[in-house]
Amino acid sequence: MIQIKDLHKSYKMGKNSLHVLKGINFNVEEGELVAIMGSSGSGKSTLLNILGMLDSSDSGEYILDNVPIKDLNETKAARYRNKFLGFVFQSFNLINYKSAAENVALPLYYQKVPRKERQEKALKYLEQVGLKEWAGHLPSELSGGQKQRVAIARALAAEPKVLLADEPTGALDSKTSYEVMDLIQKINDAGNTILIVTHEPDIADMCKRIVHLKDGVIIEDKKIEQVRAEQYV
Amino acid sequence: MFDLERWQEIFDTIRKNKLRTFLTGLSVASGIFILVILLGFGQGMQNGIAKEFEQDAATSVWVWPGVTTIGYKGMNPGRPIQFRNENYDMSGTLFEDQIENKSPRLFVRDVFVNYGNDALAYNVQGVSHQFQFIENEFMTLGRFLNQQDGDTKAKVAIISNKINREVFQELETPIGEFLDISGIPFKIVGVYGDIGGEREEDRIYIPVSTAQQVFNGADYLNNLSYTLPPVDDFETAVAQSIKFKNELKSYLQNAHMVAPEDTSAIQVYNPMEEAKRFYSLMGGIKFFFWFVGVCTIIAGIVGVSNIMLIVVKERTREIGIRKALGAKPWSIVGMILHEAIFITAIAGFTGLILSMGLLEIVGPHVEVDYVLNPSVNFNVALTTVFVLIFAGAIAGFFPAWRAAKIHVIEALRDE
Repeated sequence: MIQIKDLHKSYKMGKNSLHVLKGINFNVEEGELVAIMGSSGSGKSTLLNILGMLDSSDSGEYILDNVPIKDLNETKAARYRNKFLGFVFQSFNLINYKSAAENVALPLYYQKVPRKERQEKALKYLEQVGLKEWAGHLPSELSGGQKQRVAIARALAAEPKVLLADEPTGALDSKTSYEVMDLIQKINDAGNTILIVTHEPDIADMCKRIVHLKDGVIIEDKKIEQVRAEQYV
Repeated sequence: MFDLERWQEIFDTIRKNKLRTFLTGLSVASGIFILVILLGFGQGMQNGIAKEFEQDAATSVWVWPGVTTIGYKGMNPGRPIQFRNENYDMSGTLFEDQIENKSPRLFVRDVFVNYGNDALAYNVQGVSHQFQFIENEFMTLGRFLNQQDGDTKAKVAIISNKINREVFQELETPIGEFLDISGIPFKIVGVYGDIGGEREEDRIYIPVSTAQQVFNGADYLNNLSYTLPPVDDFETAVAQSIKFKNELKSYLQNAHMVAPEDTSAIQVYNPMEEAKRFYSLMGGIKFFFWFVGVCTIIAGIVGVSNIMLIVVKERTREIGIRKALGAKPWSIVGMILHEAIFITAIAGFTGLILSMGLLEIVGPHVEVDYVLNPSVNFNVALTTVFVLIFAGAIAGFFPAWRAAKIHVIEALRDE
């Protein structure tokens, strides 16, 4: 699903250049649930941004679902993001004046799905994350866990090839974190490819594979026995 | 523009951000409102001034004598000037090709006007048959004086609508009735009205030749009046009347041995010249109103662009989210601009309708000197609305464009 070869990225900070990614190589197969771990400054967020086409690499290859991702302009990147990727953020990033259902329907608007179909699909995905009754509520009326579930529903609504989650449990307490992880595991069980950036070992243990980043290189890449989140819920 | 989905998205946004929308709309609507009201009053003042000048023929020139203030050619200052028939006749000959109508005027004083047993308090003036066109009188009954009345020194009188109403209301027509002026009967042959209204209708006109002979006027005249032929172009008309005024004045000064620099011995009033002064003042006032109006509009535009900046700032995170979800840059620009144009248009037209409505309702009832029926040219008002919408769009474009270029990651970090 994802092939990355020799990816480099550096940021210019005045006269100095900060080399963040120093040759990353890794592949992700369809249906994998991968945790990207590392301390802050290890380059994990940069990697996720490049994977998410929110940032571009200096050199190296990135192939997503057999499509080489290169020479991105804003419009092309927007189209690829809409078609291939679903995002889940640490701070949820729901639009606060739109109801849960409207938030979930938003990526479909940019896919030019007709309004009626958008609403149906939004309800379907809200039901999948167990929030159908909350469809008409504004984000401010939802708890943190509920917000993140709405965000996950929104990411799923576009039916992306890959789900990218940046510290999805970072703002949640551990009980709510496990609930969200349980949801993510179930979505993964249904065959979705998911990448999670986290620095919490217990969250990483709930994935199927852990990629450890340090100082811009992968120092460890191992498949693990998945810990099911269900048992903590 | 005709994308229904986009409209729904915009209506959602507007519905959920009422205060912001209201404030933007208010600044635009009040800008248009103030501009239209100002322009309306500019027009009202112009109407009012035009009305003030309507009472006499626009190209008329009036001359009356005074007292010399400067000694000249051995004559002492303080000498009163008296116009005589020869002055009038000479002016007619000298300026024959410049004049359209001319009339002398003799104020008949110390006479008693009676109708039957009623004593009437109106002025009696001796004029020529052409005076009708100089004073802008229109006939409602009968005729004005004619050439023959003057030549034969006929004892005929012309009364006004006002006199007709006040004195002869019981009669079907006053024509053929006789007015008794200091014991001499004058036959009423016509009733006139004055465009300037009733305050100019206190006069009884009789032929000047009759007035001189019957009321011991010798060959004295109180003043002279003329009209010049109408020309299409205002500037030419002004130039023509100033030229005539100067030539006439120098002839009269010569004839009465008045120093050329003596301004009070011979006085010439020239509505055209006055009008020019008023019109240039008017032009100044109109320019000022436009200037204030345009400044108001600019303030409105600055307001709109300010609000657009705030909107973009406030929505930075939302724009980041939308971009992460696959919104293309142009769709962000389109969304913000579409909303801005929509709000500006609605608010602009609201301001337009309110102000035009106010002018329509209140305008005709305004009764202040020099302000008459303030109104505004609809096309001008409409144009300003479109200019405002256009300027609002331009003003909104740059923040929108910057917003579309926002880096998603930075936008999402924005708190």
